[in-house]
Amino acid sequence: MATHAEAADHHHGPPIANQSSRVDSRVLGMLLFIASEVMLFGAFFTAYFFVRVVNGIAWPSEGIELPVFVAGVNTAILVTSSFTVHWALQSIKRDNRAGMQAGLVLTLALGFVFLLTQAREYSRVGFAPSDGAFGTIFYGLTGLHGAHVFVGLMLLTFATIRAFRGHYSAAHHHGVEIPGIYWHFVDVMWIVVYTTIYIL
Amino acid sequence: MQNPFRSEAEAFRFLIRTIAYFAVIAIAALIHTWLGLAVFVVATGVIVWWLFFRGDAERPIQTGPARHGGVGERRILVVANETVGGATLRDRIRERSEGVRAEVLVVAPALNTPIRHWASDEDGARAVAKTRLEESLGLLRAGGVNARGEVGDAEPLQAIEDALRTFGADEIIISTHPEGRSQWLERGVVSAARERFTVPITHVVVDVDADREDIR
Repeated sequence: MATHAEAADHHHGPPIANQSSRVDSRVLGMLLFIASEVMLFGAFFTAYFFVRVVNGIAWPSEGIELPVFVAGVNTAILVTSSFTVHWALQSIKRDNRAGMQAGLVLTLALGFVFLLTQAREYSRVGFAPSDGAFGTIFYGLTGLHGAHVFVGLMLLTFATIRAFRGHYSAAHHHGVEIPGIYWHFVDVMWIVVYTTIYIL
Repeated sequence: MQNPFRSEAEAFRFLIRTIAYFAVIAIAALIHTWLGLAVFVVATGVIVWWLFFRGDAERPIQTGPARHGGVGERRILVVANETVGGATLRDRIRERSEGVRAEVLVVAPALNTPIRHWASDEDGARAVAKTRLEESLGLLRAGGVNARGEVGDAEPLQAIEDALRTFGADEIIISTHPEGRSQWLERGVVSAARERFTVPITHVVVDVDADREDIR
């Protein structure tokens, strides 16, 4: 009986990459990407900490009232979208294609509503990024997060198109799983942003 | 500590916990700023403790492979590296294979230095393991044992788990150097494997010096 080692001798081209079952390389790639994202957000939160805690400026600045309720509703929308993307993945794991498609479409819709609500909030909030450190930090953090929501929506759009074109199965659904991980990360970051910027 | 973004399901659970964590802090802070700070300190302390110490008192969940192979076939998984060519180990494999239709998979973990491991520089370690493995397989086949082999993960428990998924096994033989010279024994690999896997495990001690004539 031939060993794997002997079988490798008959293989043409570059050697077959060794891969442990510890973590899939595609998931590892997304993990490393998220780790870099955490550092990026960390830099912005450090700026927030220095402005608000170390320098002790008023938060929010005098005469400004943050739309806590609207942002709270937006938070609920984003959190709901995490449930729908989770539903989509659980559905395809059970070979329920309709459930996956419905979950992805709902997630996309909720994500777009979140971005539109944030854009509307920007237009009515009454201050600009140039209006002192508070404005800079507010727009910096929420804008950075909004950009991530936009990227997440792009990933989910591709996943949704593929879902409607018959891709994915119970055994092969990385194209949904990886955007799903990213989407949950974006949600986690929003919880942190919303709590620190709007609530505390 | 486990990576919370290893899969979508784990990331989703992490999100739920994050919401709960910040909700408790925000509610406390709205009641009183210092209460919010106190809740933040306590909640963070509890989470840090849970992340780093929760597993100490727990016994690992035992896992067993799905049955592979035909009826009446005994599948033996052998895990060994530097001792893979030892006569003691070969004798034990032959003994376990006698009188039955046995299929043997020999896994040689690609032992590596920590620096090379983190740099993903495994080629050298895998080449050395492959050389040892091929010599050992040749000797086993010459002795009439139906054996094949593969180079496994550097971590022996992971190598066993990987092999169990694809090969299954009715029993596992782990070969090590004698006590005092074996890093695997020092790290408790055999006892950890017995706790982690339901498959019967035999530990074979190979004194390489005594078996030197069989090892290049």
